[in-house]
Amino acid sequence: MFPIIATRQLSESVFETTVSAPAIAAKVRAGQFLILRVDEAGERIPLTFSDWSSDEGWVRFIFMRVGKTTHKLSHLAAGDALLDVVGPLGKPTHVGGLGRVAVVGGGVGAAVAYPVARAMAAAGDEVTVILGARNRELLILEDEFRALPLKELVVCTDDGSAGRKDLVTAPLKELCEAGAIDHAMAIGPAIMMKFCAATTRDFAVPTTVSLNPIMVDGTGMCGACRVSVGAKTLFGCVDGPDFDGHLVDFEELMSRQRVYADVEREAAADFESECACRIK
Amino acid sequence: MRERDAKQRAKSFDEVNLGYSDEEAHAEAMRCLQCANPTCIEGCPVNIDIKSFIAGIIEGDAKRGVEVLKARNALPSACGRVCPQEEQCEAACVLARKGDPVAIGRLERYLGDLDLACDLEHRCRPDIGAPTGRRVAVVGAGPAGLACAGELARLGHAVTVFESLHAAGGVLLYGIPEFRLPKEIVAAEVEMLVEMGVEIVTDVVIGATHTVDELMGEQGFHAVFVGSGAGLPLFLGIPGENLNGVYSANEFLTRVNLMKAYDFPRHDTPVWRGRKVAVVGGGNVAMDAARTALRLGADEVFLVYRRTEEEMPARKEEVHHAREEGVEFKMLCSPVEIVGRDGWVTGMVATRMELGEPDASGRRAPVCVLDSDFVIECDTVIIALGTRANPLLTNAAPDVELNSRGYIVAGPDGETSKPGVFAGGDIVTGSATVILAMGAGKKAARAIDEWLAGSA
Repeated sequence: MFPIIATRQLSESVFETTVSAPAIAAKVRAGQFLILRVDEAGERIPLTFSDWSSDEGWVRFIFMRVGKTTHKLSHLAAGDALLDVVGPLGKPTHVGGLGRVAVVGGGVGAAVAYPVARAMAAAGDEVTVILGARNRELLILEDEFRALPLKELVVCTDDGSAGRKDLVTAPLKELCEAGAIDHAMAIGPAIMMKFCAATTRDFAVPTTVSLNPIMVDGTGMCGACRVSVGAKTLFGCVDGPDFDGHLVDFEELMSRQRVYADVEREAAADFESECACRIK
Repeated sequence: MRERDAKQRAKSFDEVNLGYSDEEAHAEAMRCLQCANPTCIEGCPVNIDIKSFIAGIIEGDAKRGVEVLKARNALPSACGRVCPQEEQCEAACVLARKGDPVAIGRLERYLGDLDLACDLEHRCRPDIGAPTGRRVAVVGAGPAGLACAGELARLGHAVTVFESLHAAGGVLLYGIPEFRLPKEIVAAEVEMLVEMGVEIVTDVVIGATHTVDELMGEQGFHAVFVGSGAGLPLFLGIPGENLNGVYSANEFLTRVNLMKAYDFPRHDTPVWRGRKVAVVGGGNVAMDAARTALRLGADEVFLVYRRTEEEMPARKEEVHHAREEGVEFKMLCSPVEIVGRDGWVTGMVATRMELGEPDASGRRAPVCVLDSDFVIECDTVIIALGTRANPLLTNAAPDVELNSRGYIVAGPDGETSKPGVFAGGDIVTGSATVILAMGAGKKAARAIDEWLAGSA
């Protein structure tokens, strides 16, 4: 069992969980992920680390409540425990020697962008962060980013309720046009990563994306997380989660992410109504 | 052996084979000639004293039979069910020459199950040697790792098994379906190992959470056995393989067996339940996938194989059961493309094959028949072509030598290029059988024992 040390609700549907996992915390590097299982009937889901402390022996992740597992997770609090936590999995994000980097964090992707930007800055890269969300309420970790030694933090919202009223691709394009970046890293919904990669492609700015395909074991056994990158089929869990954004087949990724969308929506709805009954 | 009716069982995950009654087991055992020079024993990868355990049944002393069996095999109930006996012990049986060998596998299962039916305290417990004070880490709680751990425990070493998944059993758990190997049997066999003093730690990935160097360094293990098993599945490399509805057999079976997706939504892991399912391959895993698809409610399941039934590597019994349950065999067919609409599979284009000259494996090689493409309508495709090497552990252990395909190079007793590190099972041989992995694990255990004595 992995005891939950703290939880925090970041917006109506976004939550942060901090779990005691000393062996894993000792090893995590930015960009890696964990696999967790909430309970005996639970599924194994991958979540990327948003923070950790090897000294204090904890790891942290942020998730949006969408399916049944994330609904279950959102109901847990300090003092509860997760049945299984495995990691750190996947290859760490390449940091250092990149030069001037734009790190784009969209929606919950900001949770992953945070340790990535921190690690890049610590490794000597000059980091500009573009933080995007639909609106102010969904914008997360802004204070944490402000505390990092960044060149600049650009905040965008779709509706202008915080920062610029723009999509993240607008400031990214400006940086490309100004010749101000040598590398881009995009982390967020697949559609956002797709458009970020399309933006930088015209300027031949190398672009890394952190993909989140469906996984089962997450340890290089089942092959569920395959993605087409250039002419190759690669696996998110052992070859990724970072890939060359200019080579990823995003249409295929998005289609594959939706395989279980219908059944999972039903399961989540059933779970919520069950919870509601129990509370009554 | 009695079986559940094919029509009824094809909709249920209950075990197909019902096992021998005492009378049936005795009658079968009586057929054994008790040869002066039993050839069957040489046919067994772990050299079980088959003659003696059968003698136990003949003489009504099942307890002795169990003891003989368990002296060589820590997982008899599992092996009796899944070993390819027809190519091993039973092929070497003298009666096989007349076409009807003693059903050694079924007798093994009978004794193993008798033992498992007892309370833990009354079960046959191998003698454990005096503690040696030596600690051995075993990576992977599959057949190779469990066999190695059991043998090391008997020799008096302190054993810790590290498993990356949330439960022990490896392919016995995630790969082989409930209807062929009930999971409570796997759990009971693992329980006995724990009773023998083996520590099993789940949720730890060696190569990620810890490295082999850390195990042998700060964690204080004196030797390591690597039985990390099969890696990523092989795909055909044809267009359409990443459409929704295309599974590797590994993923499909893991969802259903390990994650219990057949019980969705009570269990949270979903699986796409196709109405028309095409399974590609001819091994045991292909049979398991095809029969599992039937049990999930498919109307039609096709088995697409590029050679003929004759060349199929699957156990004869699995082929027979699959056919009985209604799997339709499409032999001499090779997929060329998976086609779809809106991202989902709608069919498979296959080409007809014919058998040509024997290839390197000694089997007649399939050759394409020109312009013979045809379409198999289906909404699910399951690819069961075997696996590649898993890179997680080996990437983090650069001094363990690998071959060109990423498998660990190991000597006959499992010794690797790194002193104190031994390996066996699929991570050395590539996809093979449960019993071969167990044999490798046992052999390595004895080599580790010698190595520990030499390095004391």
